[in-house]
Amino acid sequence: MLQQRRIMALWLPRLPTDRLIRKSGAPEAPLVVSGRANNALIIHALEARAEKLGLYRGQPLANAHAMVQPLNVVPADEKADAALLENIADWCDRFTPLVSLDAPDGLYLDITGAAHLFGGDQAMLKDVLAKLSAQGFAVRGAIAGTSWAARALARHQTNALARGGSGFIVPPGGEAEAVASLPITAFDCDAKILRALSHAGLKTVGQVAARQSSELAERLGIQFVRRLLVMLGQAEEPLAPRRPLPDLMAEQRFADPVTSREAIASTLLALAQSLGGLLERQGQGARMLGAAFFRADGKVDRIAVRAGAPVRDPTIMLRLLNQKLDALADPLDPGFGFDLVRLEALLAETTSPATVSFDANENARRQVRFLIDRLSARFGEHRVLRFVPQDTHIPEAAAVAVPAQDSDFDATWPRHQRPDDPPRRPCRLLEKPEEIHHVMADTPDAPPVRFRWRQCLHHVARAEGPERIVLEWWSKDGPTRDYFRVETREGQRFWLYRDGLYRRNGLGPRWYLQGIFA
Amino acid sequence: MNKSAKIAELRHALARYGLPPDRPAVPLGEPRADAVLGGGLRRGALHEVFAQGWGGGGFALLLALRLTAAGGGPLFWVRSDYAALEYGAAAPEGIAALMPSLDAGPPVVVRVAGGADALAAAADILACPHVGCLLLEMEGNPRLLDLTASRRLALAAEESGVGLILLREGAHQDPSAAHTRWLARAAPSRADDDDWGNPRFAVELVRHRLGGLGNFLMEWDPQTGLFVDPLRLRLPVGRLAPSVVSATSPSDALMRMRGRWA
Repeated sequence: MLQQRRIMALWLPRLPTDRLIRKSGAPEAPLVVSGRANNALIIHALEARAEKLGLYRGQPLANAHAMVQPLNVVPADEKADAALLENIADWCDRFTPLVSLDAPDGLYLDITGAAHLFGGDQAMLKDVLAKLSAQGFAVRGAIAGTSWAARALARHQTNALARGGSGFIVPPGGEAEAVASLPITAFDCDAKILRALSHAGLKTVGQVAARQSSELAERLGIQFVRRLLVMLGQAEEPLAPRRPLPDLMAEQRFADPVTSREAIASTLLALAQSLGGLLERQGQGARMLGAAFFRADGKVDRIAVRAGAPVRDPTIMLRLLNQKLDALADPLDPGFGFDLVRLEALLAETTSPATVSFDANENARRQVRFLIDRLSARFGEHRVLRFVPQDTHIPEAAAVAVPAQDSDFDATWPRHQRPDDPPRRPCRLLEKPEEIHHVMADTPDAPPVRFRWRQCLHHVARAEGPERIVLEWWSKDGPTRDYFRVETREGQRFWLYRDGLYRRNGLGPRWYLQGIFA
Repeated sequence: MNKSAKIAELRHALARYGLPPDRPAVPLGEPRADAVLGGGLRRGALHEVFAQGWGGGGFALLLALRLTAAGGGPLFWVRSDYAALEYGAAAPEGIAALMPSLDAGPPVVVRVAGGADALAAAADILACPHVGCLLLEMEGNPRLLDLTASRRLALAAEESGVGLILLREGAHQDPSAAHTRWLARAAPSRADDDDWGNPRFAVELVRHRLGGLGNFLMEWDPQTGLFVDPLRLRLPVGRLAPSVVSATSPSDALMRMRGRWA
């Protein structure tokens, strides 16, 4: 049977002022945050003291100034608020991996199957609210079977008795009853629909729900009906998780935060073992591993490593993670300690059950692939490269470097030249062709006799060319390049090209050095 | 044989189980150099190439390709961002053209930020016995590439048997634990050769733990993937009949070259 979902909705009604007060303490005068609406300054958010004085959200600022003197007004900083909400969501990751933003001032936590870890819905909600309040946030919450039911209750259930001081919990199936008495503003839809509802004499959600849905759909749109059904618990709306949900995960909570390196290392080992067991049971291996370290003070450190082939061996997973941890620019700082460590298989892939191979070649290849994984974890996947041939004549684009983890191991390189020819292409290419100067050539079309490059004068003893490489006709104003293979008197072999045709535009051609032969 | 000796032997055999068998010398192809080296270049030892001008890097790359061909795994090339900017990025098409017969796939290039990272990457790579060869490129004489560091590299290579070429660009000679040390620069092609352009080097073996030193002129033959001695080719080939050439010098490489020179 499908498990009944449980969604916790959180509302932080005073997020902007809470942010300011947390940062620089409560000011003398009541604090309000001003925003702009219809070309006028209004109150965007306000702290509790200001609300007690009769101010309210959306009130014109001039109006507020007239009512309360002095008033501390700070312009809204929506970016900072959004960042703070993200941080709070990060912090909430410790309760469940599925946290979704309800911007600008709310969060959803999908706590299906997680509440029992915290002593049930009631205890969990109490715990979350208490911890957030302790950090200086005004917060309200509710738990229900669907997101909109929980959201409406968290935001609009003003009956203090019903909320019992610690949020509101709807028993499974009780959504319709719980939201019935909420005002129609709980739909949080645009003003036109609200006006239409109040003209029809509908004041509460319950009254709206009593109407025929076909009638509502005709007048207010199918979107509205959908929202109503979700609110009544008769339909589900999926939450958009903030980060990809891990396919599998293992976590360890600590009543007393851990700080010592050894304790963290042994925790990681234990987690790797249990994650390895989970993967084994599913016949899967992890292509991407993540580890999240939740600090007691709310900071969350995350690392992710990729593996070239699915891994499930705990020691290999641990080595990859440790490599990444060692390579961190600022090392993992436990601060006051971690109270939760989680290991995730962010991307799991099915592997064949027999992972032990007796084929020596296959084992060798696997070891090399593991080496590439370790190097990639340590230095970054964009620093461990292999080349993929491209179908183009332009020398610098003939190969692109891709992370070696992604490249096919058995790829071979197409060979354009006859095997007994000397190499026609240099083994090293300058990342950007460098212009050479003081080029002397016998005739306009001839290769240079001498040239100066990087302050050195080179005398050309022999040259072969031109090999004309024309840029693809579909790329705009592609210049023509005439390539020459030259050897200097000292025996150094370079690859030069003349850019453009001789004297077409009244200027001499420009010469570049692009490659160095062995 | 008593019991403990037998157990020790078994233990030794077990410890070596799965590792590649003892490394024979990898011939370079140029007979004089091979004779001096005692058959060729050893895998599992540190070989240093000091580049003198632009050709030196090519010589180190070719030595690495020789060792890769003998090793069976891919070539790893560890270099700094600076080296790629200054000396040119690895160009796979050109590298493949140097040794078309090599079947190790395109090289893996590890780009590191600096010398410390390069040594760390080298330690990781040398620990894996299935790597074909490691070409480690170091710029100048950094302090961290001291005698201890080079001994560490040599030991790591010895343990796993991975081929190791240390390319030193723009560096002066300093003490190290290298098995061999080469000074390499490009050499001009033969004056009367139409089909010029095979890599050719004037190299000097200035240090060799196990034997003699020498100066060599080496030309790389992409087809065989071996060095040949171009002087030996130059003298007789132009004038003598092909059959005589093959009689005086029955080397495989020469046989193959014959058609082109006759």
